[in-house]
Amino acid sequence: MTYAYYPGCSLEGTAGDYNESTQAVCRALGVPLKEVPDWVCCGTTPAHETNQLLVTSLGVKNLASARSVSDKVVVPCAACYNRLKSANYEISHDKALKAKALNAAEVSYDGDAQVLHVIELLVREIGLEKLKAAVKKPLKGLAVASYYGCLLVRPERIMKFDDAEDPQTMDQVVAAVGGDVVDWPGKVDCCGASAAIPHTETVLKQVNQILTDAKACGADVVAVACPLCQNNLDLRQLDIRKKIGKDHNIPILYITQLVGLALGLSASELALQKLVVDATPVLKAKGVL
Amino acid sequence: MEILALNPPGSEKDIEAINARLETLDPDAAKSVETCYQCGKCTAGCPAADQMEFPPNQIIRLVQIGQVNVALKSVGIWRCVSCETCSTRCPQKVNIAGVMNTLRLMARERGIQPADREADMFHQAFLQNVRMFGRLFEPMLVGIYNMRSMHLFHDADKGPLLLSKGKLPLFPTSSDSARVRRLFKKALESK
Repeated sequence: MTYAYYPGCSLEGTAGDYNESTQAVCRALGVPLKEVPDWVCCGTTPAHETNQLLVTSLGVKNLASARSVSDKVVVPCAACYNRLKSANYEISHDKALKAKALNAAEVSYDGDAQVLHVIELLVREIGLEKLKAAVKKPLKGLAVASYYGCLLVRPERIMKFDDAEDPQTMDQVVAAVGGDVVDWPGKVDCCGASAAIPHTETVLKQVNQILTDAKACGADVVAVACPLCQNNLDLRQLDIRKKIGKDHNIPILYITQLVGLALGLSASELALQKLVVDATPVLKAKGVL
Repeated sequence: MEILALNPPGSEKDIEAINARLETLDPDAAKSVETCYQCGKCTAGCPAADQMEFPPNQIIRLVQIGQVNVALKSVGIWRCVSCETCSTRCPQKVNIAGVMNTLRLMARERGIQPADREADMFHQAFLQNVRMFGRLFEPMLVGIYNMRSMHLFHDADKGPLLLSKGKLPLFPTSSDSARVRRLFKKALESK
């Protein structure tokens, strides 16, 4: 079946590598994606803390558009995933809000587009057995700490992605492609999210702790599934070095980049050159690249 | 800090309004703020608590004792990054993150200027950008934020690095922007 694909704004910019690697992995696994026509920003935190109708309307507009392509929409960004799923939840409970949102978005839509994160696509739609069978270069000996962050797993009652305190789904993907799963305590800690710009110090404190934990538990790399998490964990290592004096130097890869490597895709197909902390040395040392 | 008069007039209505909103929008999490017994677990797990004059458990307490107006003017509600750790761990299942967001929405509806100027400028610059193009154009967001907040060189070292990594688009992508502008207008003007 063809899946509707909602990349979201970050994947056109700072998370271009997430976009390229998601599409490359889906091509390699023979999963057709069709971009949602005329998709617009999901509104994310700035909209949901400004006006409820605004954020629900943006969600509904995108979901209606996705529904014109398929009844399942694949979303790589955890923030967009959270927002679109929340919009479905909101209109299923608040009928007055639903009517207003459909009017503002100029669409008809009944909440029937199923929102899937790219990890759910891999685990629940494609299936771990099929993924395992497609592996050409297992990530043998590469210790991967799966970092879920907030928006994939919380609130659990709405996301229904996995256990909110000890999720396993991303770890299952890592294991399926042959990586060593790191058991560590930081997987659902918050990276500080959109405070990165107005209040960078919150992000530096959080990220410093998360990376300290990942390394202490033996991680070679951290796997992420959210553009905001990736930028905060990767790019902010520069600020942590300057302001806290700690040099973590640990590569932060999108889960799709790791899966792509195991499927035998090249570094350039997976846009590994876009990572701020270079992943090449550790990937070469482990014989993955 | 303001001197707190216990249960000022109208405060019951505020508490009812917060409970009612959360029950309509998010009934699966509906547990009224009265059920909080101040264990402080929300604050213990909050990534921004050290930046707040009233951390999450105190915000909930302010609502409980009828001091919603104090909560609405607090920095705390704006430093919250909506990570939902508080709500997830609350032993009484109080939707703390939902209360924080409801307080932000109420502050805006009542014309109360957000007490955290930087976060507000960032979020409003974000929305203006989306209203203009339909999608977010990241370089412009940072540029406008830096100018308005007078933090002109904030992250100035990141621009060239991200450009060299091919992570910054040079031009915005416009998508269905006329309809998005109508959507914004209808949503923001709706009663």
